[in-house]
Amino acid sequence: MDIAVEIDRVSRRFGEIVALDSVSLSIRRGEFFSLLGPSGCGKSTLLRLIAGLDQPDSGTIRIGGQDVTGLPPFRRPVNMVFQDYALFPHLSVEENVAFGLRYKGVPRGEQAAHAAEALALVQLKGFEQRRPHELSGGQRQRVALARALAMRPQVLLLDEPLGALDQRLREDVQVELKNLQKRLGITFVFVTHDQEESLTMSDRLAVMNRGRVEQSGPCREIFETPGTEFVARFMGAPNIFTARVRGAVEGVLSVTLPGGGDLRLADGDPGARWSAGQQVRFIVRPERLELLADSSEPVKSPVIPVIVRDRVYRGVSTSWIVEAGHGDRFLVTRQSGSRDGSGEAFEVGSRALLCWDPAHTVLLRTEG
Amino acid sequence: MSGDWVRRALAAATAAAYVFLYAPIAILILFSFNAARQTAHWEGFTLEWYRRLLSNELLLHSVANSLIVAGVTTAMATVFGTLAALALARGRFAGRAATQAALYLPVIIPEIVMGSALLTLFGAVGLRLSLATVILAHVAFSISYVAIVVRARLTGFNRSLEEAALDLGAGPVGVFTRVTLPLILPGVVAGALLVFTISIDDYIVTSFVAGVGATTLPLQIYSMLKVGVTPEVNAVSTLLLAVTVACIIIAQRLQRAPGPGRGV
Amino acid sequence: MSRDVPPARRSAPWLLLAPTWLTLGLLLVLPLLLMLGISFRERDVYGGLKPIEDLGATVVSGAFLANYTRSLEPIYLAIAWRSLWMAVVTTAVCLVIAYPVAYCIAAVAPPRWKTVLLGLVVIPFWTSFLIRTYAWMFLLRTEGLINTALLGSGLIGKPLELLYRDGAVLAGLVYGELPFMILPLYASLEKLDRTLIEAARDLGAGRLASFFRVTVPLTFPGIAAGVVLVFIPSLGQFIVSDLLGGAKTMLAGNLIQNQFAVARNKPFGSALAFELTAAVLLCLLVYALAVRRAGREPLL
Repeated sequence: MDIAVEIDRVSRRFGEIVALDSVSLSIRRGEFFSLLGPSGCGKSTLLRLIAGLDQPDSGTIRIGGQDVTGLPPFRRPVNMVFQDYALFPHLSVEENVAFGLRYKGVPRGEQAAHAAEALALVQLKGFEQRRPHELSGGQRQRVALARALAMRPQVLLLDEPLGALDQRLREDVQVELKNLQKRLGITFVFVTHDQEESLTMSDRLAVMNRGRVEQSGPCREIFETPGTEFVARFMGAPNIFTARVRGAVEGVLSVTLPGGGDLRLADGDPGARWSAGQQVRFIVRPERLELLADSSEPVKSPVIPVIVRDRVYRGVSTSWIVEAGHGDRFLVTRQSGSRDGSGEAFEVGSRALLCWDPAHTVLLRTEG
Repeated sequence: MSGDWVRRALAAATAAAYVFLYAPIAILILFSFNAARQTAHWEGFTLEWYRRLLSNELLLHSVANSLIVAGVTTAMATVFGTLAALALARGRFAGRAATQAALYLPVIIPEIVMGSALLTLFGAVGLRLSLATVILAHVAFSISYVAIVVRARLTGFNRSLEEAALDLGAGPVGVFTRVTLPLILPGVVAGALLVFTISIDDYIVTSFVAGVGATTLPLQIYSMLKVGVTPEVNAVSTLLLAVTVACIIIAQRLQRAPGPGRGV
Repeated sequence: MSRDVPPARRSAPWLLLAPTWLTLGLLLVLPLLLMLGISFRERDVYGGLKPIEDLGATVVSGAFLANYTRSLEPIYLAIAWRSLWMAVVTTAVCLVIAYPVAYCIAAVAPPRWKTVLLGLVVIPFWTSFLIRTYAWMFLLRTEGLINTALLGSGLIGKPLELLYRDGAVLAGLVYGELPFMILPLYASLEKLDRTLIEAARDLGAGRLASFFRVTVPLTFPGIAAGVVLVFIPSLGQFIVSDLLGGAKTMLAGNLIQNQFAVARNKPFGSALAFELTAAVLLCLLVYALAVRRAGREPLL
């Protein structure tokens, strides 16, 4: 497996602020990798370090196996699509796209052809003589992309390039970008704060928070089995359950749920030691939770009695916010009108039973 | 509406002020074509005085001197001032406040003081007064104006553009010549024109540091004025005005060129 | 914007600033320091500097301040006073003339005209001060236009002595400095929020009251800037007083120039020059404090 970008214990601070705290990541060749996180988490800083626009205080960065840590940006085989596009206002579209070609040794006469090729990739053929101020936001974004792609970089860095586009356009561009990446086979490193966006496009992603990588791996893994509370919340799974360990026998963990219910989980971590009375936390995604009518019929566990507090209709899906006896609230999201026991009959204020398939329980690692 | 008379009064006052501003100059220009020599009576249209200017050796020599001084001063001050503005725009560094203070000094200090100080310097180091000393003096006070004008142009300059250029393979020199300079060029040229005009017009400082044979146009005009009012002075004034106005118009056109602003 | 990344501190741009530092250091700072030093010396018979025999005694006895004490003599104080007075009156007259003009351009004139009107103010601001002063010579002299017109129309019998007096200098100064007052006033008035005036009127203030209680205070930065831009050059004025005032109206600038060119007393001239500079710096200080106290954004 080829590593395109290797980030090894990189740290960067600005005065008092620690932007990156000993971050390590491996990005594989040809993959679409996202750096995901809230504002201020360090993802943009990390991207700039890869680009060479900034230098780390400690640690190394390797691109294609080569140590680039001291190298200035114009010597690195990477190119960046800036968030504000940074198109040169005094140059035409073609001149913008061809800007860096002379540094790759492309002769004057061939530059126009290269530029045209890059523009064709982003479907902007015919726009060569226009000026940046004559273009729409979406068009400028494509020119910025074409300009970077024309350089045939080993790694393409994208700094929240879709931020300024409206929703409809964003979704279209997301698909296009994904397809483009697959076709070209270039490694993409994509920075965003939008988890849906990163899931749509990436092969793997890293969730960052306050200068650290909370979790990195394939999208599915991060989505289905978030490792920490932060990642869970960021990926839209704000259901943190607290339970008490009753005992652990042959890899099966028994815990007592709030409300007295019972739950048995397969304990995925063979080395873990559990003691009775120990508190554990786990997550169940809103889409995996079910609401059942409160009846005297015995129900398969796990089960938690709740009161429906709020209901939000979102068109495609409907969400309920329910409250358990001890005050914790959980989010249940189902497709609107789906049958299995969760019909719209749940009025606000009514009682219900919260249950789920134990296989969908995700234990949280203890943080810290 | 009672506001009407106020508006009209204001308009009238403004018109009067404009007349006050332009009448003397207009009269000056008008009378440069007056055939009468001594009096202010109109005696017919003539270009005689302009013809005499063209054969006035001293005057032409002083024009040549002025152009040389202004040319060299503009070239040097523009380069130094632009570099200084670029340096100041980069952010904080040791000595920044002192540099800015030094750059404001020529603008604040009365010309009399600057002129006498420079004369003192040249006397102390034993440098003979000549055209060169005039050039030195002019460069000294001109750098500030270029720096201020270019600096104004640089505020709001989008840093991403330079970063994008670096990212695309341009070294620091390439970034400057292909991105920074083209975008600040209107400001640089405006600064250059400003400095050129100031240098051509300067009297006080020049009068202190000009040597024999280094008479510039303002110095020549001044001595003509002291001797007495003649229509030739009117003629030379008119020409000077015309050239200055032309420079201003060019500068205005350039200031309206699209700026770097938010990198598009 | 991903710009929540603070920019790194950069090292001093030595190369970029070297020429500027060199030039300003040698041709500005150094001469000023030299001149300061000379202001403490005495002139010798030939117009040079008398060598210092005993530095210690000179310092202790206060003899090094001889030039400065001399400048306090009545004859020189009179010149200083006249310069100050001239500058004050010039500034006041400019303010009175400029305010309506600036107001007109900013508030009354139709938008299409603004650029043109402003341009017309700017042009004199750029043209030769010498020429603009000469224009007044042309107008005011005994064979000048004004006298010729008045004589010709029979209003007076013999020509008026308009030139070579304080009034002529004042006229020349106001004429020369007017654009410097109009432009900052315009800048301030342009930014004025007109709804505030409407609010004042709504609350019962008459035109005059709302002008003095709302407009004027709000345009204070412009007024302050204009005052500074007119007052300071007027203090150090030389050309206008030389051409239009003649020997009768000697201002500070003329006195200083005289010391260097005619009286050949560099030490005294230097001392005077520094006193003028001190006055200018004092004005700037007052300006800075005044604007800060007014709590508004300074224009300069």
